[in-house]
Amino acid sequence: MSARSVFEIIGPVMIGPSSSHTAGAVRIGNIARAVLGEDFRRAEITLYGSFAKTYRGHGTDRALVAGLLGMSDDDCRIRDALNIAATLGLEIRFRLAKGEEFHPNTADIELTGVSGKRIFLRGSSVGGGNVLITRINQYEVSVWAKNPTLMVEHVDRPGVIGRVAGVLGNNGINITEMRLTGSNREGEKLMVIEMDRAVPDKVVETITGLPDVTAVIGI
Amino acid sequence: MRRKITISELVAAAEQRGCPIWQVVLEREARLQGTERKNIWQKMKEYWMVMKESLDVGIKPGNRSLSGLVGEEGTMLTRYMEKAKPLSGYGSVLAAAKAIGVAVVNASQGRIVAAPTAGSCGILPAVLSTVAEEIGAAEDAVISALFTAAGVGMVIDEHAGTAGAKSGCQAECGSASCMAAVAAAEMAGGTPRQAANAGALSLKNFLGLVCDPVAGLVEIPCVKRNAIGAGVALLAADMALAGIESKIPLDEVIQAMKDIGDAIPASLKETSLAGLAVTPTAREIEKRMNELEER
Repeated sequence: MSARSVFEIIGPVMIGPSSSHTAGAVRIGNIARAVLGEDFRRAEITLYGSFAKTYRGHGTDRALVAGLLGMSDDDCRIRDALNIAATLGLEIRFRLAKGEEFHPNTADIELTGVSGKRIFLRGSSVGGGNVLITRINQYEVSVWAKNPTLMVEHVDRPGVIGRVAGVLGNNGINITEMRLTGSNREGEKLMVIEMDRAVPDKVVETITGLPDVTAVIGI
Repeated sequence: MRRKITISELVAAAEQRGCPIWQVVLEREARLQGTERKNIWQKMKEYWMVMKESLDVGIKPGNRSLSGLVGEEGTMLTRYMEKAKPLSGYGSVLAAAKAIGVAVVNASQGRIVAAPTAGSCGILPAVLSTVAEEIGAAEDAVISALFTAAGVGMVIDEHAGTAGAKSGCQAECGSASCMAAVAAAEMAGGTPRQAANAGALSLKNFLGLVCDPVAGLVEIPCVKRNAIGAGVALLAADMALAGIESKIPLDEVIQAMKDIGDAIPASLKETSLAGLAVTPTAREIEKRMNELEER
């Protein structure tokens, strides 16, 4: 953990009662929503450690669902998120895990979108509303999501990285950090690219259309 | 990999240039974010506006948490000050009233600024607003002080972390009180070195403080720890301004906090499995809360 801005220490402006349990949980929900890339109809949420033990009192359940609904961490409707989700007819299930194998404030989120698309995300709330995403679908990752981040799933062949970087460069977007991660499936890799500014939809489309790129997720 | 900054570097930079710590922090931030100082200043000013709002709501009657476990302590303290001569001094009680009020705003799902966390959000605005009132400082001085506090918080975050679930309450209320002590000492005219000493004197007093919230809520003992954290910050600032030094420098106190945090068992890190959270009274409150939840 390391703060890159004074506003990670003084801030965020948020709704109580706990930045780890409310703001961080909203953020994990937001990221899961972005990874799904469409509205969800079912969410299965597994809570670990302190999340599992104190979620009711801290309103962690409400905050995660608020994030999945697209609310920001200073939205006054966070406390009503479960009711709002019920009104929308969304199916939400919570499970409590016993183990302490992950960071104490960790949640697994399995989302099913309106089209039937399914995603998995594991995120930890690491303090002050900051989060660390450690798994996305089949990939072990380490995504802080402090800066605009693009995840490009691709076939592990020469030239793919160059093509993606080329598109970003041609659009004046500077890469500040980049990591590669594999899955247990042969020939499949994920680029995690952090940039100095958000990527316009048009650029995401271009990257999605590149040879050997199988999927693009922007958060 | 970016190198981690330390308190001694912040102090040395300020001393070399003969400027306060806040200026070093503001310039560093502008450089890191690649933006102008005035934009960063403006954002901090907006945050201060939210803090002020929460300070106002905090001491008003009717400020109660959703659970009803805590509420109106800020009002009680301000009423007490009107009638009695506070034993711990006017400023100390005023800061406690403000801090507890903001902490209750947080527990009522109101809007606050995490500083560094939501559980410890009352300490910094309460201390700075009290110091401003006591020395007649303008708003700009408070915003400057927020940068000093943030710089200290960044060092703590880089070297130890600020999550109660990871390091206990020492990392939340302890960090907040430390940040507030440094900022208060500097605001009152202390040198960068004196300000750092204020932070060390304060933080040392929170080392080992566990996170053991009753019924898992950010209310008991969190809300009252905000009040006392504010008082400690002011006293630490006074001691440092009087010339008292912390024999252990702040950087080393922060490292000690990290080591102690690692040694604290999970049962005392926000899991409510030990400490105050399992006392007979806490059990009783928890039972009541669960019944409330089921209704």
